[in-house]
Amino acid sequence: MLCTWGRWMMAAMRHNVRNLYLIPYVLWIALFVAAPILLIVYYSFFDIEGKWTIANYEKFFTPIYLKMALNSFWYAFLITLFSLLIAYPTAYFLTKTKHKQLWLLLIILPTWVNLLLKAYAFLGIFGTFGLANAILEMLGIGKKQILFTDFSFVFVSVYIFIPFMVLPIFNALEELNPSLVDAARDLGASAWTTFRRVVFPLTLDGVKAGCQAVFIPSLSLFMITRLIAGNRVITLGTAVEEHFLVTQDWGMGATIAVFLMIAMAVIIGLTGNRK
Amino acid sequence: MRRLVQSFAAVLLITAALLYISYRLNESEGYAGNHTLTVYNWGDYIDPKLIKEFEKETGWKVIYQTFDSNEAMMAKIAQGGTTFDVAVPSEYAISKMKEEGMLLPLDHSKLPNLKYLDPRFLNLSFDPGNQYSVPYFWGTVGIVYNSEMLGGKKLTSWNDLWNKDLRNQILLVDGAREVMGMALNSLHYSLNDTNQAHLLQAKRKLDSLTPNVKAIVGDEIKMLLANEEAAIGVVWSGDAAEIIAENDKLDYVVPKEGSNLWFDNMVIPKTAKNIEGAHQFINFMLDPKHAAANAEYVGYSTPNKKALEYMPKEVVKDQRFYPDFHSIGRLEVYENLGKRMLAYYNELFLEFKMHRK
Repeated sequence: MLCTWGRWMMAAMRHNVRNLYLIPYVLWIALFVAAPILLIVYYSFFDIEGKWTIANYEKFFTPIYLKMALNSFWYAFLITLFSLLIAYPTAYFLTKTKHKQLWLLLIILPTWVNLLLKAYAFLGIFGTFGLANAILEMLGIGKKQILFTDFSFVFVSVYIFIPFMVLPIFNALEELNPSLVDAARDLGASAWTTFRRVVFPLTLDGVKAGCQAVFIPSLSLFMITRLIAGNRVITLGTAVEEHFLVTQDWGMGATIAVFLMIAMAVIIGLTGNRK
Repeated sequence: MRRLVQSFAAVLLITAALLYISYRLNESEGYAGNHTLTVYNWGDYIDPKLIKEFEKETGWKVIYQTFDSNEAMMAKIAQGGTTFDVAVPSEYAISKMKEEGMLLPLDHSKLPNLKYLDPRFLNLSFDPGNQYSVPYFWGTVGIVYNSEMLGGKKLTSWNDLWNKDLRNQILLVDGAREVMGMALNSLHYSLNDTNQAHLLQAKRKLDSLTPNVKAIVGDEIKMLLANEEAAIGVVWSGDAAEIIAENDKLDYVVPKEGSNLWFDNMVIPKTAKNIEGAHQFINFMLDPKHAAANAEYVGYSTPNKKALEYMPKEVVKDQRFYPDFHSIGRLEVYENLGKRMLAYYNELFLEFKMHRK
């Protein structure tokens, strides 16, 4: 982002009249992207009493925060993996259906509902006397604890993130030239080989974009760690929330946020399109 | 593009017109100028009839605004945009607000009804001499439990929670002071303990409670317990009263080792413009009849001794919500432990949350 900004600034200096139009954009980026990031970095160097320190960074490398970071990555990985496993076939079949736009709309529709409401709905569905347990009982399996487990946490997160995975993959599949698939089949490739050697590689950009859209926000999930996982899953997002709202240790909260930003930049760097 | 601009202009015009109308309406209702009193309280924490009565009695127009956490309330008062005349913070917030100069001293000569308050609830550590605050409601932290789900068992102490039969049966409220305090009390330490060895011992004891803990949740705890999602919850007495009103199979107990005694208190924040009206309001709420009506509406325990005479006997004699102080080991008010200690409490609590079964 900063890099793009720099380029814009250079361009702005070269042709100064036309670039008056750029002022709103540059102002926006400076005020709402660059300044907050710099503020977070700045705050991360203060301790709870407002004295300058690097102790927050030392503290991040203690077992508790490292374990929390590892936890966050592990759950984000699981959420991304399951989202991908469900979203790819979904997107694939969507492109084959008659009323694509309608089906796509139905998949996007849940994102119009507030996240908190959806989480509360799952409290009811997964509860001891909820729908899920009623079905389990009908099947003769009996009541199980579903709410406040790793399963419910990953399930609800996947449910929430699936639309963000389906959309880019769907777009990539739509852009795929069908004659390439026909050519592969004509030349004797099996359906599986066609998928593996032609379809999947050509939609890889969509998959990457989808993984970014899911992995990055799931790294800093909070709220549903409390509502659905009953604080049995603690991620870095939970810790940021707690430091800013409860302990008022803004320095430590900002330090964790800095690490989250670095992690996200690395992920974007690794999965970015190098063209 | 032109249509877009036109519709934007239309929206702006309509907004301006509505603003003007609402201003005129407020003015004719007496909501403008110097006739108002802004009260800043927790949601659903006052009998609305009392506000009407107060308005009729004194002529002030009450603007009633609500908050849902002490932190949010303090942030808004510190920011100073609204002229709140009366606010109702919890006791630990009062120490903080006092330190930061966010409160105005009370003029006791304008609060003759102070004499009706139970002396046990006056002159406490968070506000010696009640210079800045007057108690509004009080309560404890304790265990709410469903004895039907526990096979008729009764709980009486914190240490009962560590019983091996209670696997996955306990919901804890998501508060570092409450949960650490429970562990400290169960070891017979003070819940304001700052001795590191004691705190670490308490944290280790909490780790051993993990198999019994189903979840650590926020406000949802009321709904979850009323729906019998778990048999036991560690909650504030006010929440317990609400849960029991929803589901009468549940019971509440203040554990015998001791517990936290909390207060919500009326104060006059530094943003106040109508200081005269603020004193009148506080005095009005301290009137025994008004306090009794309020306590019946809200369901929390009133600190007004005289008010108890106007309330039903079975409420006032209920040991769960009006406990006899001698029967409980110790009831302590949270002291302001300072930011650093509070951060340490929270860190231990976070480590406990991360402890896996």
